[in-house]
Amino acid sequence: MNPTTTSLLAVAAIILIGVFGTAFGAGPDLGQTTQQTTNWVAISMFAGFVIITLGITKWAAARTRSVADFYTAGGGITGFQNGLAIAGDYMSAASFLGISGLVFANGFDGLIFSIGWLVGWPVITFLMAERLRNLGKFTFADVASYRFAQTPLRSFAATGTLVVVAFYMIAQMVGAGQLIKVLFGLEYIYAVVLVGVIMMMYVLFGGMTATTWVQIIKAVLLLGGATFMAVMVLLQFGFNPEALFAKAVEVKTGMALDLGKTAAEAATAGASIMGPGGLINDPISAISVGMALMFGTAGLPHILMRFFTVPTAKEARKSVAWATTWIGYFYILTFIIGFGAIVNLIPNPGEYFVGGDLAKGLNGGGNMAAVHLANAVGGNVFLGFISAVAFATILAVVAGLTLSGASAVSHDLYASVWRHGNVDSDTELRVSKITTVILGIVAVLLGILFEKQNVAFMVMLAFTVAASANFPVLFMAVLWKNCTTRGAVAGGIVGLIMSVTLTVVSPAVWEATLGNPKGSALFPYSTPAVFSITAAFFVIWLVSILDRSPQAKKERALYPDQMTRSETGVGASMASSH
Amino acid sequence: MSIETWGQIRANPKFQKFVKKRNRYSIIMSILVIIAYFGFILLVAFDKPFLAQKLVPGSVTSLGIPIGVGVILFTIILTWIYVRRANTEFDTEAAAILEESTK
Repeated sequence: MNPTTTSLLAVAAIILIGVFGTAFGAGPDLGQTTQQTTNWVAISMFAGFVIITLGITKWAAARTRSVADFYTAGGGITGFQNGLAIAGDYMSAASFLGISGLVFANGFDGLIFSIGWLVGWPVITFLMAERLRNLGKFTFADVASYRFAQTPLRSFAATGTLVVVAFYMIAQMVGAGQLIKVLFGLEYIYAVVLVGVIMMMYVLFGGMTATTWVQIIKAVLLLGGATFMAVMVLLQFGFNPEALFAKAVEVKTGMALDLGKTAAEAATAGASIMGPGGLINDPISAISVGMALMFGTAGLPHILMRFFTVPTAKEARKSVAWATTWIGYFYILTFIIGFGAIVNLIPNPGEYFVGGDLAKGLNGGGNMAAVHLANAVGGNVFLGFISAVAFATILAVVAGLTLSGASAVSHDLYASVWRHGNVDSDTELRVSKITTVILGIVAVLLGILFEKQNVAFMVMLAFTVAASANFPVLFMAVLWKNCTTRGAVAGGIVGLIMSVTLTVVSPAVWEATLGNPKGSALFPYSTPAVFSITAAFFVIWLVSILDRSPQAKKERALYPDQMTRSETGVGASMASSH
Repeated sequence: MSIETWGQIRANPKFQKFVKKRNRYSIIMSILVIIAYFGFILLVAFDKPFLAQKLVPGSVTSLGIPIGVGVILFTIILTWIYVRRANTEFDTEAAAILEESTK
């Protein structure tokens, strides 16, 4: 380990002590209503997580010498490990707290989203995983630009990556700030700076090796904690789901009665949690959301780059199979946790609801259902554990996002577009590290800038862009022989612009976020995915078949070689493990 | 090594047949998942009462719950079936074709 690493670890320790130290002075009287009293159990557990993961970073730093180490952990991750890491990347705080909160509020509706978030995985397994591994090296742009003109294709892919990373990042940073107030009883700004600094250290010193292991540890803790909660809930009902659901309906009915509904209305409200409700009303939104979730997964840059960390196509397939298993299992757990929260929290409004009033909602907001349930089934220590894991989750996801953003800038924009590939490994590594620092600072600034904003739509927007811009380009470049640079870039840009602009004029942003009057949104559906994905594929097809340039001819002629390599792995870049 | 090797591999008719077989399998599996998922989504969109109906008379559990959990399990099982076949049968076949083509 080099002296810079040691000194930076020391700096991190000082920052940690500083942040937690000032918490003594902060006290519960400062800040907004949602800030809770300082939770030292949660803070010590989180500090423990940080110390262990920084130890791993130190170990990983010694193995991170080349760009291949930095971007892909030298290709030395096994399929099982990578599966857990992918699951870790995917099980963000938004899915853990968000889906359990959704189930707590709406019951069955939460399941609709869980399923949507899962079904992208088999499609990746069947159509993409192996081809990504066989064609790619460091970024998904390597795959998409395999036979195409490097400059336009990589510029587009890097843009698509950075846009997705930015939206996803904002959601994570703001989530971290809001969580820290409720979970640790600390100020918003501490969370944002803490996440920025610690994740920068993971990425800067440990590269992909550290980021992967942080994800694996976090995934194991999250799966373990969620399993414990689900088991405790089922234990209350003798492992009989019917009894759990019956109690939940009874509790929800009772709650509606308390809130002044008539007996008939209350019975309807109680029973409504067992079927699909008002979350998705019109069929076009339902299909559109379904497409965004399904195909967005196959276009998320921080997920795609994980396929380059395994040595072979065989391991790549195993990775996705394990990832699918863990993620599916996790979503079943969140469903049980949401119902467990209904039966455990609503009967105790004094403890879990604002001012003890059911009408005012959960302390800290609707996303806190899983956190309060942790307290109900496992006491204060387990509450501390789940709080620490929830915060660690954000940290790990932000690290993965930063790494994929940094590789897009250094590998695609700097090394390939700017220097036309004439750059040595050390220089590219240096540029990656500089980019990591810049992205870390940008992430902190975005977190501060969006503090007061409603960012609920950001994750959906990230999925929509990934599904409409990155996925169609990747899919057509790999699987359609007549695809050309012009077609791919034109279609990708159309998908990108359409998905962003139509989201801005959709109700979630135009009305709920920008505060325009209800009904004024120009685009009436939850997400434009069904239109923007279709448009992207159509433009790629149309421009490609009309493209008669000599370049296009050359690109089509290269398809058979690309196909052979993607099907066999012969000639694939085998990043070696040390 | 690659460009020449790729040409040799492609020239082997067994390779063409193999790729066709494996791709057909991938596409069938993808279509199964898409049918399961969009079937579920279309029920959510067009027939909410169907999903909300009781699983058996007198129960609280609705039909939607086993269907929803079923889609999750189906997804996981299908993935493992594919990966198992690809990692054993397909990989062995591919290795044999590669060896034969590059001799």
